[in-house]
Amino acid sequence: MPDFCGIALKHPVINASGTFDAIAAHRVYGNQLLDDFPFSAFVSKTITPEPRAGNEPQRIWETPAGMINSIGLPNKGLAGFLAEDLPQLAQLPVPLIVSVMATNREDFGRLVEEVGRRDEVAAIELNVSCPNVHSGLIVGEQPDETEGLLEALRPRTGKPLIVKLTPNVAAPAEVAVAAERGGADAISLINTLKASAIDPATGRPGIAAGHGGLSGPAVRPVAIAQVRAVAAVVGSPVVGMGGISSGADALEFIGAGASLVAVGTENFRDPRAGSRVAGEIAGALRADRSGAPIGNIA
Amino acid sequence: MTAPFGRRRCRVSESRDSGGYRLFSLLDPDGPEPLPGQFYMLATEGHWQQSGERPFLPRAISVAETGPAAAGVRLDFLIESIGPGTDRLCELEPGEGVWVNGPLGNSFSAPRQLAPGAAGAILVGGGIGIAPLALLRRSFAAKNIPTRVLLGFRDAAHSGGLDDLFSCCEVRLASDDGHAGHHGYVTDLLAAMLEGDDAGSAAVYACGPPQMLETVGAMCVEAEVACEFAMESPMACGYGACFGCAVPKPGGGYLRLCVDGPVVRPDQVEPAHA
Repeated sequence: MPDFCGIALKHPVINASGTFDAIAAHRVYGNQLLDDFPFSAFVSKTITPEPRAGNEPQRIWETPAGMINSIGLPNKGLAGFLAEDLPQLAQLPVPLIVSVMATNREDFGRLVEEVGRRDEVAAIELNVSCPNVHSGLIVGEQPDETEGLLEALRPRTGKPLIVKLTPNVAAPAEVAVAAERGGADAISLINTLKASAIDPATGRPGIAAGHGGLSGPAVRPVAIAQVRAVAAVVGSPVVGMGGISSGADALEFIGAGASLVAVGTENFRDPRAGSRVAGEIAGALRADRSGAPIGNIA
Repeated sequence: MTAPFGRRRCRVSESRDSGGYRLFSLLDPDGPEPLPGQFYMLATEGHWQQSGERPFLPRAISVAETGPAAAGVRLDFLIESIGPGTDRLCELEPGEGVWVNGPLGNSFSAPRQLAPGAAGAILVGGGIGIAPLALLRRSFAAKNIPTRVLLGFRDAAHSGGLDDLFSCCEVRLASDDGHAGHHGYVTDLLAAMLEGDDAGSAAVYACGPPQMLETVGAMCVEAEVACEFAMESPMACGYGACFGCAVPKPGGGYLRLCVDGPVVRPDQVEPAHA
């Protein structure tokens, strides 16, 4: 049973923020969802200080072995989340991790403090990397900014702080070390890779915002390299994600140094992907590997 | 009835051409019978990502017909080949496996639920949009709700399979090329019907291209006739997770078409997106 920042988890598979809406899924699937919850902890969609409607469509675009999204963080804002969503998420049979994002340290601090004081919340993930929002400064691209943000937030809560890194930097390990120095308890990566596609029918970008974030199996080798680089230099646990669709994929991340893994885009294709990946990890760890090929061009 | 949680594998029992479309049947041993307007997320078990690239995401497809099978229910889907996912679904052969998630989304209302004075229904379908109206027509027939059916097609190739889904009822046709029925749009037929004395006693149910839905919505608002659409929007998951299928609401903000639709009233969506 994995221990993550003092939180006991039944297995090492959680969800990537923004890829599973447990409240909507409960509406669709009823209590089957609670009886067979796919993740060992649930990460909420990112909460911002004020409500956001999200970006103008078109928001998603299918790509080779993946997709681009530019959703724009639609959410009810802090007050709406605490009043309407948190009571429902508290009914889930697993620990709750709340993802938060703000465009300045004071708002970020208010989010962390108000979310962190709720008993229903086990940990807080800081979205310092979402590339979809035209918010100006992207903190997670700068080690100094990231360290400064963590120093400002650390005193505001006793709950574990997980920093979700952006992959759209030359050296994510430097940002991870800075986050840890500032007081982060864990690092999660990768967020989506900045990407675009041109609609052949119009000659214009297929995503209304012009670009978005790439996810799915296409990004997995990039994510593995970044998880390896980060896990090699931080002492904190690492949550690895990026194109995981099977237990074999998850084991690559664990081999690269991740303590936990998160399933994201695969949830769209298979609502029970989390349970399936967890089962495949357990099965693979028991399997006999004699007779395995040398290399993978087998 | 909620959908079984997760995706499940169903077998293709039949697949054939239906005019310009492909009609195939799945045997679903586990799922409930879907309601008219509901949809499924479908991906073939084999050769999805055929070229190693696309299709990647499952495709949201309305159920066109259903009925009891030896074990479970039969699900019929009408597909138009317009991209890598629908191309692959059109290639399905009996015995192949399909990953199925559903039934998802809401369903059409009865006329009296939309307007107390509405006793009958007018169904308006354009092209591949006829699919959810087939099941709706049969469900209204079972409830003795008088139903008139107006369908529009581009050309003879596309209307050729009409009898597969609408064999036992009278259909008024419109065709862009004039090969059958009214030479023009199906909305012309609706306009004539809404001018009749009994227009107020009907509710309109429409599915088809966005321009068609926009016209139908405007006509129904003008004639003060209750109306519902089954809409389409790019969708990755079908169960509220991806937020990709956002459709603008008139007062600002967005609907998620998968969980708030796919059946909506014209006043729930911005006209430009209906």
